[in-house]
Amino acid sequence: MKSLRKYLDKKKPLFQTGGKFAKLGSTFGAIETFLFTPNHTSKSGVHIHDAIDLKRTMIVVVLAMVPALLFGSWNIGYQNGLAFGVERGLIENFIFGFIKILPIIIVSYGVGLGIEFIAAQIRGHEVNEGYLVTGMLIPLILPVNIPLWMVALAVAFAVIFGKEIFGGTGYNIMNVALLARAFLFFAYPSQMSGDAVWIYELPSKVPVDGFSGATPLAQLAQGTTSKMASFSDMFMGFIPGSIGETSTLTVLIGAAILIFTGIGSWKIMLSTVLGALAIGLLCNILAVNEYMALPPYYHLVMGGFAFGAVFMATDPVTASHTEKGKWIYGFMIGALAVLIRVFNPAYPEGMMLAILLMNIWSPLIDYFVIESHIKRRLKRAKTKANP
Amino acid sequence: MSKVVHLKRGLDIRLKGDAEKVFGSSVKIDQVALKPTDFPGFSPKILVKVGQKVKAGESVCLDKYNPEILITSPTSGEVLAINRGERRKVLEIVIKADGKNTSVDFSKANPENLSRDEIKDQLKISGLWPFLKQRPYGTVAKPESTPLSIFISGFDSSPLAPDYEFILKGQTSAFQTGINALAKLTDGKIHVGIRPDQANGFFSGIKNIVITQFSGPHPAGNVGIQIHHVSPVSKGDLIWTINPQEVIYIGRLFETGNIDFTKIIALTGSEVNSPKYYQVIHGTSLAGLLNKTTKQEAKERIISGNVLKGENVGADGFLGFFDQQITVIPEGDYYEFLGWAMPRLDKFSISHSYFSWLFPKKKYKADSNLNGEERAYVMTGQYEKVLPMDILPVFLIKAIIANDIDKMEQLGIYEVIEEDLALCEYVCTSKTEVQRILREGINLMIKELGN
Repeated sequence: MKSLRKYLDKKKPLFQTGGKFAKLGSTFGAIETFLFTPNHTSKSGVHIHDAIDLKRTMIVVVLAMVPALLFGSWNIGYQNGLAFGVERGLIENFIFGFIKILPIIIVSYGVGLGIEFIAAQIRGHEVNEGYLVTGMLIPLILPVNIPLWMVALAVAFAVIFGKEIFGGTGYNIMNVALLARAFLFFAYPSQMSGDAVWIYELPSKVPVDGFSGATPLAQLAQGTTSKMASFSDMFMGFIPGSIGETSTLTVLIGAAILIFTGIGSWKIMLSTVLGALAIGLLCNILAVNEYMALPPYYHLVMGGFAFGAVFMATDPVTASHTEKGKWIYGFMIGALAVLIRVFNPAYPEGMMLAILLMNIWSPLIDYFVIESHIKRRLKRAKTKANP
Repeated sequence: MSKVVHLKRGLDIRLKGDAEKVFGSSVKIDQVALKPTDFPGFSPKILVKVGQKVKAGESVCLDKYNPEILITSPTSGEVLAINRGERRKVLEIVIKADGKNTSVDFSKANPENLSRDEIKDQLKISGLWPFLKQRPYGTVAKPESTPLSIFISGFDSSPLAPDYEFILKGQTSAFQTGINALAKLTDGKIHVGIRPDQANGFFSGIKNIVITQFSGPHPAGNVGIQIHHVSPVSKGDLIWTINPQEVIYIGRLFETGNIDFTKIIALTGSEVNSPKYYQVIHGTSLAGLLNKTTKQEAKERIISGNVLKGENVGADGFLGFFDQQITVIPEGDYYEFLGWAMPRLDKFSISHSYFSWLFPKKKYKADSNLNGEERAYVMTGQYEKVLPMDILPVFLIKAIIANDIDKMEQLGIYEVIEEDLALCEYVCTSKTEVQRILREGINLMIKELGN
C-alpha cells in the first residue's frame, strides 16, 4: 500500500491547480479518496470525529441491497424456467439471471458515475458518493428485458435533471433512481409494463401453455385473480416483477441492516407500512369489488412496496428531514401507493408515483413541522413571561 | 429534595486517558499568558508595555467597547511579550512569573454587607468580571445589566473531563463567599446543576443556591443544556453563567482581599503517560507541564480544554482563560487505505456501521483525523440524537448559513453556544463545521441586533 500511496503523492501535484492535468482534479480526488481516507485533520470545532463518513454510509446501503440482488438474479432464471419449461438448479438459475443483470448494472454505474465525475469537475467539487447507491437501485427496479440503451438514457436523464442541476448529492428534490424509472415508465411504457417484460425472453419466445408472466398486481387490476400467486410465494418472491423487488424477505434483510446500522429511518419504513395497512383496511370496509376486498397485508408483499418503503422512501435527502415529518411522509406514501393501486386502473403499481409525489411534498411537511415547532417555542416564551 | 431532570439524548465518547484522582508533582510556573481571543467579541486595548512589572490583579488590557471590563494579570512578574497575529490582532500577552505571586491589595469584605454596585466594582477592578458570561451568545456579561438568574454547572460531562468534586474539595468556604457575592448581582436565584451521584457531595453543603440534578450522557453537564431545562432563554432574556472554580476566585478575593488565580486542572488524553490533576495558575504556559509527561510516540495535538470544544494550542501554548483541562491526543494526519471499507475496530462510532457497539466498555484512542471528507448534508436525524434540547439543530445551522436572522431567532440561537452543538459536529456524517458556523451566526446576531 505504501508504494501506491507514494505513487499517488508523486502524481498529485499534476492534478492540482496549475498542474498539467488540473482539469481532472476531481477525478483524481475521487480515485485517491476511494483508495485512501484522506489525511485531513480537524481545523475548527471538535478535535475528534466519528468514524462514519458518507462513503461508509453509502456502502452499507449497497450491502443492504445485496440480498435482493442475489435473489433477483436467481428469480430471473427461475421465472425463465417456468415460462419455457426448463429445469435448472439453484446455482444455474442464479448464474442465468446474474449474466442478464450484470450489463444493466455496468451501464447504470458507467453512465451515472461518468456524469457525476464530469459534473463534479465542472463545478470544481469533489465527486460525491450518492450515486453508489442510486447506481445499484436503478437495476433493481427495472424489468429484466429493458434494453441497455434505455438504461443509459434514463440514468443520464435522472442524474442530470434530477440531481446535478440542483447541485448534486444532497440537493436533489426527487429520488434519482425513481426518477430514472418514472422516465422510462412514461417514455417507453411498452418496455416497462404489461405481462411480458418481467420474464427474460418472453417477449420474443412462446411460453409453455398457461404461462402469462403477469405480476400479481396486474392480475388484480385485470380482475384475473384466480391464478394469483399465494401470499407465501409473494413474500418469498417467486413471482414476476422488477429485478430486485419481488422478494419481501430479502428486502426485510436489507431493512434489518439499515435499521440496525441507523442509516435507514425505521420511522419512515414503519409509517409507510402503517399507511398502506390503514388505507387497505378502509378499502376492505367499503369494498365494492375484489381488489378493495383484498386483505391489506397483501399490499405489503406485492410489487415494489417493500423495496420502495425500505430503499427509496428512506432516501434521507428527498424524505422529510424532521423526525415528526418522517411519520407523516411515510404514512402518506403507504396510503397513496395503495390508493393508486386500487383505484387507478392505468397504473397497476402505485409505489413509484407515491414516493415521487411525497418527495415533492416533503419540504412542505417539514415547513409545517418547523412552523409548529416555532409556535411552541414562542408559546413557551409567552407563558414564561406571564405565568 | 432537588428536582431531577432525566436527559436521554446525548453521547459519552469513551476515550483513553482519564485523569487519576491524584495530584501530579508541582510544576514551576514560568510564564503565563492572557489571550484576548478567549473572549468572543472582545476588542483589547493593551494597558502595559513589554518589560513592565505587574502584580497579580493589575490591569493588563480592557475591552475597547466596554472599557469597564478589565483583564488583569494572573500572577506577579514582568510583561515579556505582546504577541500579535494578522492585522496586528493581539493574540497573547505573555507575563514572566517571578514566583512570588504577590497581589494588588483589594480590600477584603463580607459580600453580604456590600451593595450590588460595590460588588460589581470589586469584580471589575480585580479582573474577575470577564469570568461572568451571559446567555444569549456566551459573551462576557455586561456590567450594567442585571440577569434573571445565574447558572453554574456543578459537573463537566465532556470527554475526559475533570471531576469537580475532586477539584473543589476543601474550598467550601471560598465557594460560599463567592456565591454570596454573586447572589447580590441578580434578583433571581443562583442555579447549580449536579449529577445525581453528587447529591451528597460538595454542593450539598452550600447555601443560597437552587440545586437541580441532571442525569444522562454528555452534554448534560453543559450549562446551556441545564438552562434550557430550568429556565430557557427567550428573546430579551438574560442569564449569566460562571464555572465553580471561578466562583472560588471571587470568594478568595472577598475573603482575603487578594487575587489568587490558583486553579486545578486535569492533564488528560491517550498520549499522556499518567494522566493526573495539577495545581497551576490561570493562563499557565504548558511547556513545563508537558515536559516528560506525554508519550512522544507520534505527533501530538495539545488541546487546551476538551476534545469537543478546546483549542489546539501546541506544546508551547498556554492554558485558555476558561479551561480546566488539557487533552493530548495523536494528530491524525495520515492516510488510511480503503478507510471506508475497513472494520476500524480501533475507532469509535455512534453508528452501528462500525463495530464499537460490540464493545460497550472499550475506551478509544481518538485522533484528529476527520475520518472522511466534508460533504453536503445527506443524513438527517443525527444531530437530534445528541442534543437534549427542544431545538431543530440542522435547521438552525441552515438558517445561519442562509443569514436568515428571523429564523435563527425563532429556531433558538439565543439558547446555544458552540459547546452545546459540539456533539452534533462530532457525529456529523458530512463533517460539517457546526461550531464555526454557529459562532458566525452569533456574531451576525450581535452585529445586527446588538449584544
